[in-house]
Amino acid sequence: MTLGVLVVGANQAGVQVAVSLREHGYDGPVTMVGAEPHLPYQRPPLSKAFLSGSADLGTLAFRTAAFYEEQGITVLTGTRVEHLALSGEGPAASGTATTDTGRELPFDRLALTVGARPRRLQLPGAELDGVCYLRHADDAIRLRTELESAQTVVVIGGGFIGLEAAAVARMRGKAVTVVEAADRLIARAVAPVVSDFYRGAHERRGTVVRLSASVTALEEGPRGRVGAVVLADGTRLPADVVLVGVGIVPRTELAEQIGASCDGGIVVDRCARTSVPGVVAAGDCTVFPNPMTGEGSVRLESVQNAVSQSKVAAATLLGEDVPYTDVPWFWSDQYDLKLQIAGLNAGHDKVVVRGDREGERFAALYYRRGNLVACDAVNSPADYLTVRKALAQGATIPAERAEDSATPLKTLITTRAVAA
Amino acid sequence: MECLVPKLTFLSADGTVRAVDGVVGESVMLAAVQNGVPGIIAECGGNASCGTCHVWVADDYIDAVGEPNDTEEDMLDLAVSERRTGSRLSCQIRVTEDLDGLAVEIPPVQP
Repeated sequence: MTLGVLVVGANQAGVQVAVSLREHGYDGPVTMVGAEPHLPYQRPPLSKAFLSGSADLGTLAFRTAAFYEEQGITVLTGTRVEHLALSGEGPAASGTATTDTGRELPFDRLALTVGARPRRLQLPGAELDGVCYLRHADDAIRLRTELESAQTVVVIGGGFIGLEAAAVARMRGKAVTVVEAADRLIARAVAPVVSDFYRGAHERRGTVVRLSASVTALEEGPRGRVGAVVLADGTRLPADVVLVGVGIVPRTELAEQIGASCDGGIVVDRCARTSVPGVVAAGDCTVFPNPMTGEGSVRLESVQNAVSQSKVAAATLLGEDVPYTDVPWFWSDQYDLKLQIAGLNAGHDKVVVRGDREGERFAALYYRRGNLVACDAVNSPADYLTVRKALAQGATIPAERAEDSATPLKTLITTRAVAA
Repeated sequence: MECLVPKLTFLSADGTVRAVDGVVGESVMLAAVQNGVPGIIAECGGNASCGTCHVWVADDYIDAVGEPNDTEEDMLDLAVSERRTGSRLSCQIRVTEDLDGLAVEIPPVQP
């Protein structure tokens, strides 16, 4: 008798592993365990439509309870796996998970889709009421409620989560300041030209952006709540609500318990295999070879990665050998600005901008050794899609011609130059 | 008087027909995905960003579902496997009582 597959983490990646196993015809037991009290749901809208009040949690659920039942997928919500042990007998990954309620869940195949937790501020006042994070549905519910009575909002961290939430708060009429430690916004993900655009776009809509600003403390205000954010230069920014969006930390503890190699995430190969035979991992918690170049490793915090890698992981669990080859893509909505990113810009040596930055419709194309590797498109879905298509085909678009905004990109796709 | 629950019908490339209940005000995609209709993937969750919820709307309903906006137009132009007259992204079709009986066909390949 088979003990089946245990999926630790009831989220985008976990659901995809479970569903893909069934789609591949696997008919053994599948159990998915998640610490959150909700059925698995989409996270991206939490900082967008959900926060603004135009979506409720029910519409964010990936599947209905009836679907899981019909598919024979057991979903244990509100249950945290605290300990994993491999038995060393039977199939390679046989073992037992122990939950926070003391329940034991035996398995003979294991998928870790454990995700990540928000990086917390380690500063005086960081635990005050009114200091929020945004990762889980309950965080978003709390922030949404806090925003109702707030006048002044300070966002610590000028990355995607911070900027999306800042946009929602501003649209709800709040006075908003974004504080970023680096000298530009979204610095890890985009080129300076795109960072500068977003700074201008937020400022034009009335948000104050403070770059190269480090926070030293959060100050108590009335009623024991947060009242201000204090910067290293002595500036005191009044705040009714503080949102901290300073990145995430992959949850590697369970992987470490079973001896899986971790290095800023759970290390997996192109087939989502961890260093422990029979154990796969997928989603935000993993680091893996750059799927576009094979050079260096990446950790991708995106829906696309969770989905693509989980499909690969499910196939691997069933003994198939299907390496990850999907072109990474990502999106961010801020105000009426729809950013779509295709590819990975790691190691780029040239950026070409086309379109109209003032008119808030443009694209930045990234090149490495003469070949197209990525694109950030703002309100330019055609450029985004064309680049995505070119990258999927292993093709390129000549940089010198891409600059001409009058020429549709789709007419410029050509074969790649040989890498130097 | 009872509220009408619009029935939506999905025809898969393998000939399977699935009828699901739509929720007025939500998208056709949502009804398909939450009920596990195969072939409607909707990676981006309804953001008109991925093209993986593409459907061919049956001729009788093409007028009723309305016209795609500019973003969807670009997606249909560039991102779907085969654009036909009734091509739409199902995440961009809002369910209304008038769409009761809506029939759509799911392409064999999503991007």
